[in-house]
Amino acid sequence: MIVLDHVTMQYPTGKKALDDVTFHINKGEFVFIVGSSGSGKTTLIKLLLKELNPTQGDITVEGKAYSKLKRKEIPMLRRKIGVVFQDFRLLKDRTVFENVAFAQQVIEKPNKEIRREVPAMLTMVGLADQYKQYPRELSGGEQQRVAIARAVVNRPEIILADEPTGDLDPQNSSEIMQLLEEINRRGTTVVVVTHNREIVDQMQKRVIRLKKGKIVSDVEKGGYKDED
Amino acid sequence: MKISTLKYSFKQGFINIRRNLLFSLASIGTIIACLFLFGIFYSIVLNMQNEVKTIEDTLTITVFFDEGTGEERIAEIGNELKSIANVDKIDYISADKAWKGYIEDVYNGDTEYVHSIFGDDNPLENASSYEVKLKDIKIQEDTVKSIMAIPDVRKVNSSEGTANSLNSINHLVGYASIGVIVILLFVSLFLISNTITIGISVRKEEIAIMKLIGAKDSFVRTPFLVEGVMIGLIGSVIPIGIIYFMYDAVVNYLTEHFNVVANLINFVSVDTVIKGMTPIALGMGIGIGFLGSFITTYRHLRV
Repeated sequence: MIVLDHVTMQYPTGKKALDDVTFHINKGEFVFIVGSSGSGKTTLIKLLLKELNPTQGDITVEGKAYSKLKRKEIPMLRRKIGVVFQDFRLLKDRTVFENVAFAQQVIEKPNKEIRREVPAMLTMVGLADQYKQYPRELSGGEQQRVAIARAVVNRPEIILADEPTGDLDPQNSSEIMQLLEEINRRGTTVVVVTHNREIVDQMQKRVIRLKKGKIVSDVEKGGYKDED
Repeated sequence: MKISTLKYSFKQGFINIRRNLLFSLASIGTIIACLFLFGIFYSIVLNMQNEVKTIEDTLTITVFFDEGTGEERIAEIGNELKSIANVDKIDYISADKAWKGYIEDVYNGDTEYVHSIFGDDNPLENASSYEVKLKDIKIQEDTVKSIMAIPDVRKVNSSEGTANSLNSINHLVGYASIGVIVILLFVSLFLISNTITIGISVRKEEIAIMKLIGAKDSFVRTPFLVEGVMIGLIGSVIPIGIIYFMYDAVVNYLTEHFNVVANLINFVSVDTVIKGMTPIALGMGIGIGFLGSFITTYRHLRV
């Protein structure tokens, strides 16, 4: 599903954000990528979304090597990856419904499908009653649910969550992780980049640990503490 | 592109204009100024062209023959004139007809008075001629040379000066207007580009999300192209309207207050001006709007 093959990312300043990183994530897996700040987590996400190109090595997603990808194929690749951000990145001037529908409008889904699928997605994340509300009227946890609904509404193969609980309290963090686990149970590969020890320990999933751009451990069922 | 996407793009295009109202208005204003000036110059050039055409239609050249040229030879010269490519039609003016015309023009048709002076003599006895109307007055000089080359042709009277002067003024106005319009079009292009750039920066976050979700370049760009085209369209429709309502008023004012103008110029109708101006103004307005937004989105919105 996701293969990183000796990937190195060196910025023009000379700083190596990732150094010869190799790993393989299977379809349907739930994987945490952990590490302190500066470990290369953010660069890894940008590489997976093809916002950046590695200086060495190659990334393959669903059998498609990024190095062979044409520019016009990038949107199609991104449609296979749903992204969830720490700061939710919702459109403030649009309602909950419109924020989720936006993801479908962008990929030019017919309005009929949008009207059918968005309510179903909002029901799944527990926000069916709040479809008319604006992001500012929601709690942090609720906003992250909307962001998750937006990420999954186009049924991507992979969910890439960048510090999804970074701005949330433990209760909301736990609920968001349960939601991601539920999405994973339905067959979607979930990759969570985080430094939240509690949730990593609690969920006992595969943990890839990065330190200064290198993989220092890759544990099948582990916790954050295990790596310290 | 799907209809739902088109609807979305139009909606977002209008929202963009509303969001950056001040800049949108500045862009629209510049295009209005540019195309209004174009409208004025266009009206002037059109009227001058019309005047040149009117003068050209009335301009003829007169061909005189050597003394003693017989009727038969004159008829042959007529055929030779007709064979010249630029000759439209010829009219034979006999000595009698020329004299009658002279009496009419100079003595106001007072034949008794003329008879008291000249008796039955015709002072224009050797002045029979052909009045030749040309197809294209601009190549009059070459045609005169060809006519002069015909044997027994003594003299050719032409009046190329008038037509040439009018043509020169017409060209001058045309070039000056093109110069001013090109400068203003560049200003419009710059302002539209600025407006679109601001629109892009206002929607930076939204565009970033769009791209990450998997929007195609065309989906991200189309609302901005719609915005540019709408600015161009509004900016071109308004000056067409202004010219439509102003033209007759200006023409009436000129003819009422300046007799010289009324006598000299036969103004073309407002319908003729609008009919000619509309497609050009719309084309320029929409074209500049599209080009401005296309260049800007191409520079700023690559996935």
